[in-house]
Amino acid sequence: MNTIAPATIAPTGIIHTPNGDYETIIGVEVHVQLNTTTKLFCGDTLSFGDAPNDHTCPICLGYPGVLPVLNQQAVEKAVTLGLALGCTIATVCKFDRKHYFYPDLPKAYQISQFDEPLCSNGTLTLANGRVVGIQRAHLEEDAGKLNHVGAEGLAGSLYSLVDLNRAGTPLLEVVSHPDLRSGEECKEYMATLRNLVRCLNVCDGNLEEGSMRCDANVSVRKVGATQYGTRAEVKNMNSLRSIQRAVEYEAQRQVDLVESGGKVVQETRLWNDATGTTISMRGKEAANDYRYFPEPDLPPLRLSVTWLEDMKANLPELPKQRYERYTQTIGLPDFEANLLTENQELGDYFDAALALTADNKALHKPIANWLVGDITAWLNTEKLSLTDTKLTPSLLVELVTLLEAQTIGSAVAKQLLPELLTDGASPKALVDSRGLGQINDTSALEALVAQVLAANPAEVEAYKGGKTKLMGFFVGQVMKATQGKANAATMTELLQKKLAE
Amino acid sequence: MSAPATTVAPNRVVQQQASAWELAQAIQNGQTTSLELVEDAYERIATMDGTIGAFLSLTKEKAIETASQVDADAKAGKPLKLLAGVPIALKDNMNMTGTKTTCASKILKGYVSPYNATVVEKLVANGLPVVGKTNLDEFAMGSSNENSAYGLVKNPVDIERVPGGSSGGSAAAVAAGMVSLSLGSDTGGSIRQPASLCGLVGVKPTYGSVSRFGLVAFASSLDQIGPFARTVTDAAALYQVIAGHDERDATSRADATPTLDIAALAAGGEDLKGLRVGVLQELDGISGDSKKALQPETIEAFHKGLDTLKALGATLTTVSLPSTQYSVPIYYILATAEASSNLGRYDGVRYGHRADAANLHPMYRATRAEGFGPEVKRRILLGTFCLSAGYYDAFYGKAQQARRLMTREFAETFAKVDVLVCPTSPCTAFKFGEKSSDPLAMYLSDIATIPANIAGVPAISVPCGVDALGLPIGLQITGPHLSEAQLFHVARAFEAATASRA
Repeated sequence: MNTIAPATIAPTGIIHTPNGDYETIIGVEVHVQLNTTTKLFCGDTLSFGDAPNDHTCPICLGYPGVLPVLNQQAVEKAVTLGLALGCTIATVCKFDRKHYFYPDLPKAYQISQFDEPLCSNGTLTLANGRVVGIQRAHLEEDAGKLNHVGAEGLAGSLYSLVDLNRAGTPLLEVVSHPDLRSGEECKEYMATLRNLVRCLNVCDGNLEEGSMRCDANVSVRKVGATQYGTRAEVKNMNSLRSIQRAVEYEAQRQVDLVESGGKVVQETRLWNDATGTTISMRGKEAANDYRYFPEPDLPPLRLSVTWLEDMKANLPELPKQRYERYTQTIGLPDFEANLLTENQELGDYFDAALALTADNKALHKPIANWLVGDITAWLNTEKLSLTDTKLTPSLLVELVTLLEAQTIGSAVAKQLLPELLTDGASPKALVDSRGLGQINDTSALEALVAQVLAANPAEVEAYKGGKTKLMGFFVGQVMKATQGKANAATMTELLQKKLAE
Repeated sequence: MSAPATTVAPNRVVQQQASAWELAQAIQNGQTTSLELVEDAYERIATMDGTIGAFLSLTKEKAIETASQVDADAKAGKPLKLLAGVPIALKDNMNMTGTKTTCASKILKGYVSPYNATVVEKLVANGLPVVGKTNLDEFAMGSSNENSAYGLVKNPVDIERVPGGSSGGSAAAVAAGMVSLSLGSDTGGSIRQPASLCGLVGVKPTYGSVSRFGLVAFASSLDQIGPFARTVTDAAALYQVIAGHDERDATSRADATPTLDIAALAAGGEDLKGLRVGVLQELDGISGDSKKALQPETIEAFHKGLDTLKALGATLTTVSLPSTQYSVPIYYILATAEASSNLGRYDGVRYGHRADAANLHPMYRATRAEGFGPEVKRRILLGTFCLSAGYYDAFYGKAQQARRLMTREFAETFAKVDVLVCPTSPCTAFKFGEKSSDPLAMYLSDIATIPANIAGVPAISVPCGVDALGLPIGLQITGPHLSEAQLFHVARAFEAATASRA
């Protein structure tokens, strides 16, 4: 191998080499696992992590004589996502059989859609404004899972166990055009799509559990070139971060290869998160002839135009629309609006609180603040989600109302929060019963301030000598003396006044 | 109820038996019981089936259970359902909970069905005791039953000859008189051809009128379950029992539930005035090709049959369906392509035969090499080839086009005539080994029956005389989609006329 100068990769996906710049071209295929009640072609419920083969029946086990019947809910969810992606929904489409032999594929064929996908020609707009073309989205069934005992993969294993719980799970395979230009953009695309599927309630969007699986077709070419380079398909990324890393690694690998006189081979490569590299799955794909032909057990799927119009009319608010409502109508800052849009649960909770305070718009921003701030922080620490808590939107509204009316201070509110989240008590009742009402009375506060300053003469000296950072100490002392009930603004003002004397 | 064995010819092993319709009346009237009939059937199977080889397994416990329920109902004076209590045999490619389903293949050795086919549910719900599972060509691939991994089936009319196939066991069980009813499956003639060779009535219903759920698939777009019986009335009654829409089969028709008047059919006495019968020119025994293809006695019997139809008041016209001359190649592309796909699941992983091997791919290879017989392998290879990259358009795509063309020709023809007639099989029952070395000659046995499967239309084969050796000849009557009622009406009139003539 020639020695080549280390290339650097920019967030733009441009890779610089002494011989010129390369750009990264990526198209992704995302398998979106639809969160239907039952599998795509039989009545078994979907599962994750249950005992092996607990969710199986003769149909998804591919027993002799069984027949598939299409799950209507899966079609509805697929159409919902297709419509949200702005796709054309086929009023007539068919299913095909894709053949290959593997123990995780009970019938030795997968029922998929080959040349007549349910959805085609859509777009997904990223946060940076880039519009990514969606080539198609088609329905298909998932395969089962193999657990290889004694080795990482099939090769070298002592034996393999077949778990067909996942076999027959409905997937919508969303295929983008090669419109993405960097690992970061791929991550962004996946995150945006994840938001969308969660918002539409068509998939739980859980990458770690494989509810959304991303295959990236990566190629590189010299900037300015018009032809695409040979692409490699990279699989096995199960987090947003690994998608970005895998694409960046693969692009770099290809540039290094080309720069050292090699050629990129069209192949499937497996991302290894631990080593941060991709490795070739030699031979698996190359010789495959899937022998697609129309599935004779399923008549063509026909959707009426009126039904499609109804589906379109009943689409929920999409993340983009929600974001715009939060920033434009409510005036939330970008950061908060993003968090509330990205987290479907948080956004829905916020909307419920908004509905309760339609006549008091002044509360909206503080509510958002509490949600993305202290509440989210607490949930993260406790590893809980909002549904696990007892703090209903109306209780949060009650808390924020007390704050806004200066009945309590934020220190008390922060103190109460864990209790509210775990017990679901009324903030007002707690404040009343425990006498936590804010001390707003200036004369009372003045006395307290005087008391604290008198008790800490050394610190007062130091402050006056220029250690103004000690203001925090004095504030803390007053709060301590009042169990956090002191009106912070008034008290700070009084402290400053006294110390300036 | 059973009469003593009658031996007409030295090679003939047939016992006389009342029709299923009569047996059902006798149970309802208390003249006999279902249990008695079931015991009778097992007695005849015990004495005859060593010679015939129609059954692969018996399902005595289940038969007795069903029969006892019917007898209890009859004793309690409850009105019995259609054909309740009449023993029936099931082709061994239909699943019945707790029973072996082998498809006459080594690859399914040891497989026990964990579920019931829809037709089995319907039989049991109607009180028909299933006495056993019958032999067939492996995975229903064949026209002589010589492709079974579990032995030959002898034609009860002449045990030196084949019963036809692939539903040879179901045909022989009824022809021998072991049972009065059986179910077969018909993908390219697998009910009608053995019915013709064994002197029975056999029906290939409209595609989608009988649920395929639980029928082990050979060629999904062509397979259809249908009845064997000795009389048209029995066949019609059994069709009434098994037909109807099924949510578990997406290709099942919503409008499939028949409403046949079986009693009226049994009474008979109707003529065929006003019936427009089309004689299929491609198989009329007169034009060049068909004259060569058909056995002379078959032509003779067929033309006598045409005279009978005329005498019953039907008007005959010659019609041509040019695309039918391509039916065999179309069929052997579509059927083998689908078969190669449907049979992929027999891989040794989950059920049936698994060869010993240290690794996955050697296990696959050895399992399928050991498990499948030569005809099945031949068809898997043909089908795999037809679907391969670069060949799809030339073979499968073309065959699908031709299929649409043939379906259209049928539709156009049925605007002009009510039914089409032709001989069911080009020849009568042949001897074992006579055609088994020449697959193409064997494939041509289905030349007259294949078009109905390709177009999805119903067809019935009824006895229409015998050749010089006393071997049965069948007349095939084909109608438009869901015209079963009319087919039974025509066949019944024809049956009555030929019986009185004989």
